[in-house]
Amino acid sequence: MQEIAEANSSAGAKSLTLSNVEIRLGGRALLALSATVMPGEILTVMGPSGSGKSTLLAYVGGFLDPAFDASGRVLIGDEDITELASNRRHVGILFQDPLLLPHLSVGGNLLFAIPQRVKGHKARRELAEAALEEVELAGFFDRDPETLSGGQKARVALQRVLVSAPRFLLLDEPFSKLDAALRQQTRELVFSKAKAAGLPTILVTHDSADAKGAGGPVIEIAAGEEV
Amino acid sequence: MARPTSPRRPIFNANRLLALILGLPVLAGVAGTLLPAFGYLPALGGFRFTLDHFAELAGLPHILRSTLTGLAAGLVTTSIAVTIVGIFMAGFAGSPIFSRVQHMVSPLLAVPHAAAAFALAFLIAPSGFVLRLVSPEMTGFSRPPQWLVPNDPLGLSLIAGLITKEVPFLFLVALAACPQLPLRQSRQLTAALGYGRLSGFLISLWPALYRQIRLAVFAVLVYSVSVVDVAIVLGPQLPTTLPVRIARWASDPELLARFLASAAALLQLAVVVAAMATWILIERLGKLLLTRLTSSGRRFRSDGAVRLASALAMAACAILVFLGLAILGLWSVAGFWPFPDALPASVTPRTWLRTLPLLGAALGTTITLALFAASLALLTAILLLHRNGAKGSAGNGIGYKSLYLPLLLPEISFVFGLQILIAAAGFKPAFASVLAAHYLFVLPYVLLSLAAPWRELDPRFERIAAGFGKSSLRILLTVRLPMLFRACLTAFAVGFSVSISLYLPTLLIGAGRLTTIATETVALSSGGDRRVIGVYALVQAFLPFLAFLVASLAPQLLFRNRRAMRT
Repeated sequence: MQEIAEANSSAGAKSLTLSNVEIRLGGRALLALSATVMPGEILTVMGPSGSGKSTLLAYVGGFLDPAFDASGRVLIGDEDITELASNRRHVGILFQDPLLLPHLSVGGNLLFAIPQRVKGHKARRELAEAALEEVELAGFFDRDPETLSGGQKARVALQRVLVSAPRFLLLDEPFSKLDAALRQQTRELVFSKAKAAGLPTILVTHDSADAKGAGGPVIEIAAGEEV
Repeated sequence: MARPTSPRRPIFNANRLLALILGLPVLAGVAGTLLPAFGYLPALGGFRFTLDHFAELAGLPHILRSTLTGLAAGLVTTSIAVTIVGIFMAGFAGSPIFSRVQHMVSPLLAVPHAAAAFALAFLIAPSGFVLRLVSPEMTGFSRPPQWLVPNDPLGLSLIAGLITKEVPFLFLVALAACPQLPLRQSRQLTAALGYGRLSGFLISLWPALYRQIRLAVFAVLVYSVSVVDVAIVLGPQLPTTLPVRIARWASDPELLARFLASAAALLQLAVVVAAMATWILIERLGKLLLTRLTSSGRRFRSDGAVRLASALAMAACAILVFLGLAILGLWSVAGFWPFPDALPASVTPRTWLRTLPLLGAALGTTITLALFAASLALLTAILLLHRNGAKGSAGNGIGYKSLYLPLLLPEISFVFGLQILIAAAGFKPAFASVLAAHYLFVLPYVLLSLAAPWRELDPRFERIAAGFGKSSLRILLTVRLPMLFRACLTAFAVGFSVSISLYLPTLLIGAGRLTTIATETVALSSGGDRRVIGVYALVQAFLPFLAFLVASLAPQLLFRNRRAMRT
């Protein structure tokens, strides 16, 4: 991973700060929190379904539905990205489904994510091949994503996010659909990669094993109440 | 307040844009009909407002009869089609028979109206296939009887022909509305209370379902009341229904007939309003009956016969049309085929060899028109849906409803006005103006077809791509459109089929100078050679199937290495 992180990182990793973030729906406060996530640190936000954890990720990622009202600031280092469109935030997201683009090959999915500043067909392809090799998927470049196992898809999805050189990571219950054995394995892989890449990461989950594995600070939010 | 990814407030709200694209020409067309009806048409020397043309119209022989048969045929068609579809949904939604009938009926939608009408005519005519099968053994006929079928004065053949096409349309619209209904829970609840499947569905789900398909029902009503091509083939003659008479006046070489046509087109508009008012009364009555039924607590447990009848009626629509198409095919290759032989004595390619060279130009025009109209409509639909975001397309905003505008006004009443406006503006009838008219009718269907899959695409794909820093246009081109490739092709095929079947807009706007398979086929209906009709109707029916075939095969070929893209 190191080589990819280095090849891609735009600058030294910076922290992610949520400052007085408050999200409301129809006048009702869903959640409010302030936190700073250091590079390589994983902040776990725990809460039952319906508590607005995914709404928090949508807000930080820039996808919040206009039905919600939000206030507060999101900062990378000391750059305020609150008003930035999601496609200028450089946010890496992992959902509970791998969501590999079905019309592209495995390699095509990676090439799609690699930033434009990596120039040249050969250099881009090498980067993609290297990313696959790192997660024991060497030789999978031309494969149809649909022919991969669940664990393999999850690993491609992880590498796809990492080669895109994000400035921070958002993990939306990314392990909840994997079976127990695979979950443990994938969890370790994702967390170690996120830390190795020095990315500030927010994980939302309702599984306390995830929180334990993340090893970072944990914020619990209750259903529909202020913290 | 951070709302970075919600699209920048467009200067032009996409719904308003749609209302403009569809509304402007429709309203202009109505205005173009209105003025000449009252005598104002400077191009033809009409400068004075007058009611003379209405007086002339009222003085024509059988005008009342023409008006009433069209109105009645439309109302009866709509009532029967809604009843069949309603009872079938009530009886079978969620059952295995349902999907079997669905597969049978869906392809019917692609068969152009005129081709379906001929298919039916070839079955039920006195010298048609049905009578040949049972003659002379059961009937004693050795010559075709002198029955007025089709073209019976009551319009029964017309009604039958319309039903075979409107049932599949309503059915597919109802099918699209189905996922929003709590089908299984309601079925279980009403069954537990002891209700039959039919009454349980009618009480618990029908009102919600009907609300969803109501606009489509009105579209069916307006279409059936105002139909021209099917009425020429199957409807009463001497007098024909009013829309057919208007179409003849409107394309009369005697230009002064335009004033009469305008006045009659306005009358047709009034007929449609009357039909709608009657239908609203029928709706009220239905609601009242349903309320009575609900509060009476009657269970209607033995409803098997009614359910069976509805399934048979659904299947009959498909069987009639496809059997009829087969007979058309048989006629097109038939050698000597005297009544009452069930099959021709010999088979020959002569008709095809003779007709195909004549058909070439019209075929070329038809396909070019359909390709252009469907492409333009697909592009517009993508643009509108993209501009609106997934949200807008789901909404019930005014823009979404304006989709139905060209479908809720009688074609003849505004297309004719458009023809007059185009002529008044000094444009010669040409490919471009006919294309514009086709686009007007194709766009609603393309948009309706694409909107649902557009909405259903998982938004998380685009979020991930946005995280990679892709612009919204890049995301549209590299994520959304490839993933919706099949849906886009299907929408294209729908648009292509609609264009292939358009008769009246082609006839009026083309002013006879642009002939398509649709105009040629319908023109053959009076005294045309059966073998030639067979060739034309088959070619017309074949084109939409070709489009749908391409739409279903192309993804298989293009994405043969991508399993998820092939289903």
